[in-house]
Amino acid sequence: MMSERNLNIAVLAMFIGIPAWAYFSDEPFTITLMTRAAIFALAAVGLNLALGVGGLVSLGHAAFFGLGGYVMGILAYHAQTYTPLAEWPFLVEGTKSMPVIWLASLLLSAGLAWVIGSLSLRTTGVYFIMITLAFAQMMFFFSISWSAYGGEDGLSIYVRNNFPGLNTLDPIQFFAICFVILLAALFLSARLAKSPFGLALNAARQSPQRVETVGLNTQRLKLVAFVISGAITGLAGALFADLNRFVSPTMFSWQLSGEIMVFIIIGGVGRLFGPVVGALVFVALEHFLGGLSEFWHIYLGLLLLLIVLFGKGGLIGLICGREKVHD
Amino acid sequence: MSLVLVFEQVLNGLQFGIMLFLMAAGLTLIFGVMGLINLAHGSLYMVGAFAAAAVAGATGSFVLALLAALAAAAMAGAIVELAVIRRLYDRDHLDQVLATFALILIFSEGTRWIFGSFPLFLDIPTYLRGPVTLPGGIQYPLYRIALIVIGLIVAAGLGLMIARTRIGIQIRAGENDREMIAALGVDISKLYTLVFALGAALAGFAGALVGAIQSVQVGMGEPVLILAFVVIVVGGIGSIKGALVGSLLVGLTDTLGGVFLPRILNAFMDVSSAANIGSSIASMAIYILMGAVLIWRPTGLFGARL
Repeated sequence: MMSERNLNIAVLAMFIGIPAWAYFSDEPFTITLMTRAAIFALAAVGLNLALGVGGLVSLGHAAFFGLGGYVMGILAYHAQTYTPLAEWPFLVEGTKSMPVIWLASLLLSAGLAWVIGSLSLRTTGVYFIMITLAFAQMMFFFSISWSAYGGEDGLSIYVRNNFPGLNTLDPIQFFAICFVILLAALFLSARLAKSPFGLALNAARQSPQRVETVGLNTQRLKLVAFVISGAITGLAGALFADLNRFVSPTMFSWQLSGEIMVFIIIGGVGRLFGPVVGALVFVALEHFLGGLSEFWHIYLGLLLLLIVLFGKGGLIGLICGREKVHD
Repeated sequence: MSLVLVFEQVLNGLQFGIMLFLMAAGLTLIFGVMGLINLAHGSLYMVGAFAAAAVAGATGSFVLALLAALAAAAMAGAIVELAVIRRLYDRDHLDQVLATFALILIFSEGTRWIFGSFPLFLDIPTYLRGPVTLPGGIQYPLYRIALIVIGLIVAAGLGLMIARTRIGIQIRAGENDREMIAALGVDISKLYTLVFALGAALAGFAGALVGAIQSVQVGMGEPVLILAFVVIVVGGIGSIKGALVGSLLVGLTDTLGGVFLPRILNAFMDVSSAANIGSSIASMAIYILMGAVLIWRPTGLFGARL
């Protein structure tokens, strides 16, 4: 048995070692794969806040992932066509600057998460799952029918957006940006989990009546968690769109919501590094099994079924044993 | 905007709604009795459609195709229940979602493996082809009328079965208190398999019927599944009556919204922007309906009050 801490360090070492190896042996595709894994991990770190700590089974996080993607797509589209995004009530120009795009996608995803969250949190359990799924589907159909930004065909961005002082078109530099953001999100979620807010949220999942009795508002705790969660996943969406230089309605698809959840399960629910391990394994499976067989989703399905039915605690649970109840 | 058009679109909405009902009824029964959320219900819809298309292609008989759809979906449902679903009843919803998501992956890729990626086509039989003249001189496709009639018959049959038969009593008892009916000597695990197979058969039947007016392809089930979720949220989980009212509401809202919103907006703006904005809003109409129902009544129109 390996301690969870050592495993986390090993995972981080892989995230630094593999791209470094790929950089020196001139394998840019491997760097792109690792960037993809880092972005998926970021999206799943977002969902894990709602799912693992708050117990909110959201099957609609693609809504935020896609919104982040479209924020990037729309801002960059207006910048590359030199047309203003809006002229009234005040002039809004498009932009190619990553920090501005990130800020916009964080804020807008948080706003959407607030709207979806306040409606969905009126219910619990199975209703919550269905409703979050339905709202993500609403965004999907909306993006298809909104022809101003490509509709079904999506939007292509010719050149990757820029970050002051870096050449974002260089794969290793773009990977570094994504990895640093992932680290920041991991740090934030570790801090949040130990903060009074995180402890209260954890308690609200385990025993809502007690938390209410102490005088805390469980609905508000859950809504705040859902908003932060949505914002992080939205940021991941903006990065993903930048990685592909393309956004399309598939970023809103229900499969994507399912996949983000699958990352967490493969890694381990509620574990800090669960999403990271899951995303890494998923991208590796996608790459290697996808190369072996056109029908690799069958094997993914079987693996997932085995993990759900027999392997509680995901891969981290398998390697490190059960989670300690007390720290 | 003529009355004929309104009437036609109302019929289209009814037809869409009644097919949604066949999906939603199975989902809501399965949730009501076993407490299970089944994402793979859309896969059973697809299995029905593919079985029907394959049998119709081999024999040319539409009736045989429908029977094959019922049988294949019920069989697939029973097998899945015995192999996987049964282990999920006492798990939390997250495990149920993930395991049934895994089943979707397996079903979809498995079907693609057997039938290939190209859509199959299921023809409407000659005796149901062509338009029929309704009172008032309205021409309407006969097949769609047949769908509405068949759907209503199935809905009535399901209602009767649940209200009047022994198995219906057991299903209702299972919804209220499963330990109690197990203690009374009802073989609960057999009942579960039966309910799951029944729900699967309804989904497969809907898949075959709709397959004749759309193409039969991998992934056809999930959009319908999500609409059926909206139906259940609107109608209230576990209620067949709620599923019927919810499906008709969703079917009518979606169809009428898509046709009439652009026309209504046209009164305020030019044709092309009215068409754009109208279709965008119409694509969201049923979700707005869902949001409104949630604000008004969080457990759905006919759901148990908390």
